[in-house]
Amino acid sequence: MTAPTTRKVDRPQPTGPREYQFPRFERRRLDNGVELVVAPVTKLPLVTVAVLVDAGAVCDVAGREGTAQLVAKLLLEGTAASDGAELIERFERLGASVEAQADWDAAAVTLTALSEHLPAAFDLLGEVIRTPAFRVREVERLKAERLAELLQLRAEPRGLADELFSRFLYTASSRYARSEGGDERSTQGIDRDQLLAFYETRYVPSGTTVVVAGDISADRADELTRHALGTWTGGASTRVLADDLPARQARGVHVIAKPDAPQSELRIGHVGIPRNHPDFFPVNVMNAVLGGLFNSRINLNLREVHGYTYGAFSSFEWRRQAGPFVVSTAVRSDITDAAAREVLMEIDRIRSEAISPDELSLATSYLDGVFPIRFETTAAIAAALSVLVLHALPDDYYDRYRARVRAITSDQILEAAQRHLHPETLQMVVVGDPAAVRAPLEAMNFGDATLYDTLGQPTV
Amino acid sequence: MHIPIVTFRLQNGLFVTLSEDHTAPIVAVNLWYHVGSANERPGRTGFAHLFEHMLFQGSQDVDANEHFELVQRAGGTLNGSTWLERTNYFETLPSNQLELALWLEANRMGKLLPAMTQQKLDTQRDVVMNERRWSMDNQPYGTWMEKLPALCFPEKHPFHHSLIGSMEDLAAASLDDIAQFFATYYTPDNAVLTIAGDFEPGVTRAMIEKHFGPIPRGQGRPPLPDMSLPPLFGQWKREIVSDDIMLPRLFLAFRSPVFGTDEYYAASVCGAALGLRNGSRLRRRLVRERQIAADASAFTYDLAKGADLLVVDATARPGVAVEQLEQEVAYEIDQVVRDGFEASEVERAIAVIQTMFVSSMQEAGERADRLSLFATYFGSPERLNEEVDRYAAVSTERVNAFVHARLGENNRASLVYVPRDDAPSELLGADTAAAAQ
Repeated sequence: MTAPTTRKVDRPQPTGPREYQFPRFERRRLDNGVELVVAPVTKLPLVTVAVLVDAGAVCDVAGREGTAQLVAKLLLEGTAASDGAELIERFERLGASVEAQADWDAAAVTLTALSEHLPAAFDLLGEVIRTPAFRVREVERLKAERLAELLQLRAEPRGLADELFSRFLYTASSRYARSEGGDERSTQGIDRDQLLAFYETRYVPSGTTVVVAGDISADRADELTRHALGTWTGGASTRVLADDLPARQARGVHVIAKPDAPQSELRIGHVGIPRNHPDFFPVNVMNAVLGGLFNSRINLNLREVHGYTYGAFSSFEWRRQAGPFVVSTAVRSDITDAAAREVLMEIDRIRSEAISPDELSLATSYLDGVFPIRFETTAAIAAALSVLVLHALPDDYYDRYRARVRAITSDQILEAAQRHLHPETLQMVVVGDPAAVRAPLEAMNFGDATLYDTLGQPTV
Repeated sequence: MHIPIVTFRLQNGLFVTLSEDHTAPIVAVNLWYHVGSANERPGRTGFAHLFEHMLFQGSQDVDANEHFELVQRAGGTLNGSTWLERTNYFETLPSNQLELALWLEANRMGKLLPAMTQQKLDTQRDVVMNERRWSMDNQPYGTWMEKLPALCFPEKHPFHHSLIGSMEDLAAASLDDIAQFFATYYTPDNAVLTIAGDFEPGVTRAMIEKHFGPIPRGQGRPPLPDMSLPPLFGQWKREIVSDDIMLPRLFLAFRSPVFGTDEYYAASVCGAALGLRNGSRLRRRLVRERQIAADASAFTYDLAKGADLLVVDATARPGVAVEQLEQEVAYEIDQVVRDGFEASEVERAIAVIQTMFVSSMQEAGERADRLSLFATYFGSPERLNEEVDRYAAVSTERVNAFVHARLGENNRASLVYVPRDDAPSELLGADTAAAAQ
């Protein structure tokens, strides 16, 4: 059998597009400074509420990394009125799903409930934000759970590669160089008083935004927010920004030894750019061409041409300060160097020649067309509004998004690639079998290679 | 919440479900073929899944990977997945691109074989072998996905063997296998098509007739062997796996009633009462109170033929030996068998399930997939609208009757993961070792 030459048959053409608008939303402000953003969406009887607090991991004090994450999680582990078990029972008897976590830029408690249960669930959310108890027993338990998580990570190649990639990327004093949820040493050192102090400083009305999306009016959301958080008081919130300087000016190879691993987890990248960078749009489209989609260059090359991997992707992680740019893949051990070479070639290629009109239109028409599909759920709409809040994007950001994507040219992409991809400072992290990968990687002359154990300590 | 449903069948046997929702200009196209790893013949484990990969390698009028390119260019998302009993393919697109997805799906249902080449098969075999390494061999505990069904189903049973397949069997797959599998199972009368979202039913029906109508009916698929099983294992099965892991983990399975039966809903609620979310019995007792487990959960496989599995999954805290983990989990299960669940526990479980269900119905793709499920297994997508009532009707008595009948010692299978003896303790460092006390 031979491969066919196609194009014999015309593909169906689209009919006229139906207009779509990102959900309308309204902003309100409580007297105590709590901001409110409400997007009424009446599709199903559901509401998502996300309480965003300027208390992300970047606020962690040096040596006490993990505080922000522990504080966020402890909100759901007991209040003045209810111990942890009772509290979760009160949420779940309402059928509500609720979770609390801190990422780099903010802490968030997110709730989704059926409309009929929203008033009770919203009040509970207020109780959680205002009166967490930080009982010692729960503090110690969550610390132990974090330590268990870290222990598990040592045997989990994917997570380990991501974790250590950041550590090798950023200068040692940067918060970004340390684990978002804290490492063994910092976690063990955190005590209840420190958690309480963090909570009292960072969890204040002036640093808090409530995002509501779903089957509810702005007035009703306003009323419920006032009921839950209206009498909450606190001091002023100050913004903390992470240091995002890179650790190295030269390329480096970092091999984390996992003897006999059947596959190498590979990460190649460098420090990227902040979310509010003026080149956000060209960089985003450039990344879609390079490695953001299934049909992007890196995946087609590594997976579909070479069969090296199940998947290979590139991404910019968007934070207030510069997050990582990273190419991620897992490849058969014996072709680790060959796969790395293809990735480097693709990075060079997108910097050296303009992409074809076909590639440009694939990326832009995808990002443009998929836009409504990104916001089908109340949780997705609340998440999109949270991005708006976190990065202080203009209110018409989502209304203008599609036109801005469509306006990107191949010249802008070439420029974005040349300006924001830096082959000369790429760091390569490989979690794999040193016996199989070390010598070939060294033979690439990519950069100095160092061998580490699974804690990231250099070994001989 | 009532989801509108219209069904019809084409002359060639293709069963079609339409479900309109015009809240956003989005449409989901979803095809289930009633074939999965259970239909594989000996020596060809993993073939149903490898075949799914080949369905993205083009068809008579579509180049390799062009399927992905055309859908993404249209602003759509897409994928496929393989399970023990079925294989599905799905796209969600801007609604004005509906016909593109229908044409693509019809082209590969009707005209796949001209595009199949040895080179494509070789490449996808490599991709799948890497998928196996990525999802299973190089993942801590990753092999549970093939070890648990192997432990719980008898050797010749169609659910016994590995879904992703062995490296040897994958290597043996040939183009002839592709042609034979395609002719046998990828026929309109062995598939259901669901469209959910923003479309005009009259126009859409005409499009479906146009693109799928000419595809000939199949010869009828070979029957599966008798899949029925006794309601209980009849013993407590146990297998120990030594793996490159840090903490012991236990999968404790119970043979349970097939998906969709009244008793299944009781089993599903039992699973949620045991291990869905932090308020569940095992999370509360083992993670929060006694701090034996770092995590605990429970779920059902949702198998519609033969027998289903209810599975408890618990990972030890550092410092907790595997024997203790097993004993503590068994103690909790024994206690439920002895005293049953409290009404409040069942109410919590049902409330959480109901909210999850309504949440999932927000997405056109998820609606379409569930409609296809009920169409494939029961010929009745309308069953989706009964889900809320079926769960609401589960009483504490029914859950406890299920517990009494199925969670006893004569119906348990333990798959136990233990850290390899030569675990690299010297690499842990002082901090971690202290944490493990």
